[in-house]
Amino acid sequence: MEYVHSIEHGDVVHRCFRCGYCKFPRDYVDFNCPSYKAFGWDTYSPGGRMWLIRAWLNDEIKTSPHFAEILYSCVACDNCKDQCVFPRFKDFLPDIFQETKAELVTEGKIPPKVRDYFKAITVNGNPYKLPQEERGKWAEGTGLQEFSDQEYLFYVGCVGSYDEVGQKMARTVGTLLSDVGVSVGILGSEETCDGNEVKILGETGLFTKLAEDNIQKFKTKDVQKIITLDPHALNVFKKDYPKLGGNFDVFHYTEILAGLIKEKRIAFSAYKAKVTYHDPCYLGRHNLIYAPPREILKSISGLELVEMRRNSMNAFCCGGGGGNFFTDILGAGENSANRIRVREALETGARIIAVACPNCAKMLTDAVKVEEQEDKLEVLNIAEIVCRARAK
Amino acid sequence: MSDILKSLIEILGERGVSNAPEELWFYSRDPGILAPHLPDYVVAPKTTEQVQKVVQLANREKIPIVPMGNGMALTGLVIPLKGGIVMDMKRMDKILEVNEKARYAVVEGGTSQGVLKAYLQDHYPHLRHSLPDAPPAATIAANVALHGQGRLTQQYGFNSDMVTGLEVVLPTGDICRIGSPSLGPYWFSKGPTLPDLSGLFLGWLGTTGIFTKVGLKLYPNKKIREVELFVTDRVELVPEIIYKLTHLEMLEDLNVWFQPKPLMFKDNYHITIYFTGDTEEEIEFKRKMIWDALQVFIDTKDGGFMGVQVMKEQLLEMPQRSVAEFADVPRGGGFEYSGPITLIEHFPQYAAKVLELAAKHDILYASTARIISGGHAMMFSISFAFNRADPAMMNRVKIALEEATEFALEMGGIPWKPNFMEQKRTLEKMDPNTRKLLRMVKKNLDPQGIMNPGNWEVN
Repeated sequence: MEYVHSIEHGDVVHRCFRCGYCKFPRDYVDFNCPSYKAFGWDTYSPGGRMWLIRAWLNDEIKTSPHFAEILYSCVACDNCKDQCVFPRFKDFLPDIFQETKAELVTEGKIPPKVRDYFKAITVNGNPYKLPQEERGKWAEGTGLQEFSDQEYLFYVGCVGSYDEVGQKMARTVGTLLSDVGVSVGILGSEETCDGNEVKILGETGLFTKLAEDNIQKFKTKDVQKIITLDPHALNVFKKDYPKLGGNFDVFHYTEILAGLIKEKRIAFSAYKAKVTYHDPCYLGRHNLIYAPPREILKSISGLELVEMRRNSMNAFCCGGGGGNFFTDILGAGENSANRIRVREALETGARIIAVACPNCAKMLTDAVKVEEQEDKLEVLNIAEIVCRARAK
Repeated sequence: MSDILKSLIEILGERGVSNAPEELWFYSRDPGILAPHLPDYVVAPKTTEQVQKVVQLANREKIPIVPMGNGMALTGLVIPLKGGIVMDMKRMDKILEVNEKARYAVVEGGTSQGVLKAYLQDHYPHLRHSLPDAPPAATIAANVALHGQGRLTQQYGFNSDMVTGLEVVLPTGDICRIGSPSLGPYWFSKGPTLPDLSGLFLGWLGTTGIFTKVGLKLYPNKKIREVELFVTDRVELVPEIIYKLTHLEMLEDLNVWFQPKPLMFKDNYHITIYFTGDTEEEIEFKRKMIWDALQVFIDTKDGGFMGVQVMKEQLLEMPQRSVAEFADVPRGGGFEYSGPITLIEHFPQYAAKVLELAAKHDILYASTARIISGGHAMMFSISFAFNRADPAMMNRVKIALEEATEFALEMGGIPWKPNFMEQKRTLEKMDPNTRKLLRMVKKNLDPQGIMNPGNWEVN
């Protein structure tokens, strides 16, 4: 069947000059687009995608598995949006990529791994195809209570609920918050997927259903404030849920911890360590939260924070965004983003990469193993570092 | 699978070759106005040996091969006019050496301008190279292959003049070192005191070989950069203003620009004067010299210095992102320019031609002239923006640029990075014996005619 393609921002796609500023960080030290780094063809760069999308809208190229791979290899890190030189137009780049993926979903021509991701979310409520009743298992033994009338809902997301690295992170953060007297409750087996990756991958119908169900659930339980483990959840709660009537005060756990430290509700002993911090895209570029994680680390006496060459707004993504954490379209080659990022961390001389996102934690932990650097580099989430440094 | 494809995969691996419709479509065009032409294969080598093997294959099978950097010349120089193989060089991106004391760098053939700039800033902050205002993904090799210019062109000449040695894969597949690296490990001279063979490759637009390594001069990076902006509405005075400024022999860069938008710039000629120093004292001395040199025009009320505070950051930025922004003025994602190299005394005639062509073809113009080698010549860009979604406007720009080239040739100028049609016009106008010499060189270096065919073709 002939399919007529159309996207909301189709009338501006031609404005891309494909000049390539979008591939770089602001100081041009290296290419900063993970899919371009991994594949090495201009077609996998933001400008390449834009030009191909225009060709596809004009029916000069057809939908194909290769075209879909090019689209789905985008990690939605937003570097291109920040670096494009055209004012206003730049803001449309992520929308155009997402709208094109949504068209591929409608056309039914998405990579099998993306299809499997959607199926797992639809059938199991999570990408791991694990039972819903196991969703709260991570909290066993932590003493964390189900959300009832606590001040905050602690939302952990799919990775925090099911992935081993994510679960460890969820336990550490949840326990720490509770331990220092923050009033938090969890949803446990009632929690469902936040839908951030579902939306980015273009399944807008499924996303709307997930979001509406979550909003209903949060409202029924009278949730007012949410602390997220995962910056991806933070992003979708802050930016997309309000459009569907879900207005909550949403915080990332590092924002809460930074506040507690300022209020001197967390005290530290000396903790001697050389640490570099990896900015998660959904915390940094997407939500401009750069300072709190650094404030936490800098408040620990004895801890030396050393920045990677690319940091903050110019940070290089771990490769796990845009659903790639689950679909792994970027692959694990030498030029995969997580391996490059680990090598960049090693260059700082740090012994610890501090992370603030369970996706990044997993991606970088895996990369440390592949790069055989386990004896030199440890991946720790910020809360783990806080726990190690806390005054006993 | 064809035998050629199999052979290419054997040389480059699966990830180094593509004949997928998506890559073929993308690599069939550049961002300018020339019509695309599909290649048969796109390849991306990582080593000189891979380049060599692909070229040997192409030579054996008589397959056209087009080397490509970031494809930002805008004049279709990477469009595979006769199909064949487009070779994307950007995976060969290593900075191989910086000789600090001899002030040169050696880079691989796909190293970008931006990456070298950042590398020098990190590791040799007192050194710099002549960064063009092309986007940072533009490669050093492609820039010198087309006689590009940069921030230091006013002082030191074309960027190709700054080459200190080359490694070239010849169309036959031989790997050839040019200049001092042909005799030893040092990359300090592209020719002298040997016969300067670099002229067989620089300016040839990839028609005589593929650069796999480039040695490039570096220059002192002064602690302070400053800028002044002198404005006049009397175009006939521009050459004299430039003459007085170049007489100072102390400027980093010197550009003259005029454009109709925003309206505050309309009908004025802006001379951007860049200068550098290691101390405030040095800067203020140079500033005084600049002001003194132009005082005569202020006294006659023919010009004056404009406050630069609002634009200072933009003017001092390297590369200037605002250059690319011109493409978005008509909200259409494109611009192209004819940039003849010509005498500075011809500035008024060229400026009049820009206005005439823009009015005649109803298109948006912007023009910047960059002074070369202390005032021996200038690159005068005749730039027209277009809307990529408006084929009629693109055609008007195409015609206007053809007329601009015609004018430049009539004026005795030399087209810079000319497209294949402009090359033909240039060759037609050229002294027959010079043309014959070009043909001899090309024929001997590339007997099968496989290197970027359609360009610098002398029949």
